[in-house]
Amino acid sequence: MTEASHEILLEVENVSLSFGGVRAISNVSFDIRKGEIRAIIGPNGAGKTSMLNVVNGFYHPQEGRITYLGRSRSRMRAHEAAEQGVARTFQNVALFKGMTTLDNIMTGRSLKMKRGLFWQALRHGPALAEEIEHRRICEEIIDFLEIEHIRKLPVGALPYGLQKRVELGRALAMEPTLLLLDEPMAGMNLEEKEDMSRFIVEANRLRGATIALIEHDIGVVMDLSDRVVVLEYGRKIADGVPDVVKADQTVIDAYLGVGR
Amino acid sequence: MDLLRAIFVDPFVQMIGAPDLLAQTIWEGFVGGVLYSLIALGFVLIYKASGVFNFAQGIMMVFAALTLVGLHEKGVPAWIALLLTVAVMYGLAVGIERLVLRPLVNQPDIILLMATFGVTYFLIGFGELVFGGNPKSMIAKELWLPDGSIDIHVMGGKVELQKLDIAAAAIALVMVASLALFFQKTRIGRALRAVADDHQAALSVGVSLNQIWVIVWFTAGVVALATGIFWGARSDVSFALQVVALKALPVLILGGLTSVPGAIVGGLIIGIGEKLGEFYWGPLLGGGIESWHAYFIALTFLLFRPQGLFGEKIIERI
Repeated sequence: MTEASHEILLEVENVSLSFGGVRAISNVSFDIRKGEIRAIIGPNGAGKTSMLNVVNGFYHPQEGRITYLGRSRSRMRAHEAAEQGVARTFQNVALFKGMTTLDNIMTGRSLKMKRGLFWQALRHGPALAEEIEHRRICEEIIDFLEIEHIRKLPVGALPYGLQKRVELGRALAMEPTLLLLDEPMAGMNLEEKEDMSRFIVEANRLRGATIALIEHDIGVVMDLSDRVVVLEYGRKIADGVPDVVKADQTVIDAYLGVGR
Repeated sequence: MDLLRAIFVDPFVQMIGAPDLLAQTIWEGFVGGVLYSLIALGFVLIYKASGVFNFAQGIMMVFAALTLVGLHEKGVPAWIALLLTVAVMYGLAVGIERLVLRPLVNQPDIILLMATFGVTYFLIGFGELVFGGNPKSMIAKELWLPDGSIDIHVMGGKVELQKLDIAAAAIALVMVASLALFFQKTRIGRALRAVADDHQAALSVGVSLNQIWVIVWFTAGVVALATGIFWGARSDVSFALQVVALKALPVLILGGLTSVPGAIVGGLIIGIGEKLGEFYWGPLLGGGIESWHAYFIALTFLLFRPQGLFGEKIIERI
């Protein structure tokens, strides 16, 4: 879809994660190339969300290595991941419900604000200029996502589809290098899905974000993604371009079930 | 009939008959209210950012005042003692974050509440060990707090304003205003509101929970210090002072646990209501109503607004 280079942005090697006796991810390896849209699919409980949580440092795997931006480590830390340009959205929308759309998106700029607290509180001098600049970037994202009409509304009261968009906006405000999207289209109707697909493709092409995407709508996945990795019961069962994965017998069995 | 008259008519006749006395009562209530507001503010700050009802807020106030006075007794000049006390409150915030909050992250609220009980008993024990248990007097003069009073002649009488009370009100106003600015206008303020709403999402945009918690507990510590100084100057600095913090509970019920303006307005309503009630209606019941009157006011308000005056409207999507 995009001209993905062969430069590797993120590499996950032999990662295993368990909670007590429950094995969520066993020995999974895959990579994400700079500029591509990489889909992670699999039946419910396959470990997809756990995988994203490992990548952005919410979960710390017991085994394996993660190489991001050329630095190899055994675990990511959430704060460090955010500082190095990993942004994400959540399966069950995690917005700041009491704040407005604009404020929610502005929180995405937290790490980029450098001026002292004192000047920020007074809204004066360089801090004011800085605030205006961040505000401009956020307004541009709001334009891009076509949510101008809800800028000043508290997000808790918005319909689900719009909340998903605001969440994407907050992630985009971080100017992410790697954007992790956990089921961005869950529970949406066809029209909303089309809008969201368009935003994802444009975020990838125009804003240069590499994207890792979990999605259950196979049609969407096949259309959007450059490469697909398939998980089942915490293991990787297939990895490759959409057409190859679609024809893979193990994948078909995993989705349709197989008589044994 | 006589009783109804005594409740609904006589007090108001008295108020109109002696407006200077009324003004004096309201002023005293206002000052008490300002101090209640400050205590309630400490609760609200911590509750907003970490979802913890901090039972230790009262003892933090005593501990801060005690540290200040204790250091001065040991020969440290007053202003340096004040700076050192601020540093101690910072150390306390860091300690609480490291040893209490961090290990208990994601635990149910009730566990965190119990942990603040632990902090309370630790501070009582530690404070007594270091500074002794006997009451001390606040070093008001050394901190250049004014004493004496000003008389204002109004409405054919005079109102007596304690200079200390005026200073307390002024400093409380400055603190409240700067806190409001800080939390509304800075990135830390936005981060704080973000943490209060959703821990995971806050982490994902790069907000550091640990840093926010230290900032909030430290701010609550400084607020506790200011309250401790003024409350200590009006009576003595002793562990008995922590009971005053219980007066913050009706303020919180009234103002809503999550609202800074609520804490302020709630504190003023309770403070003024308490004094008026005590002065005009107290004698009917033989006096001594100040210990429960505040709760009575709070409950009356709750009948009409269950979420408190400024509590967040609960929006639930189903």
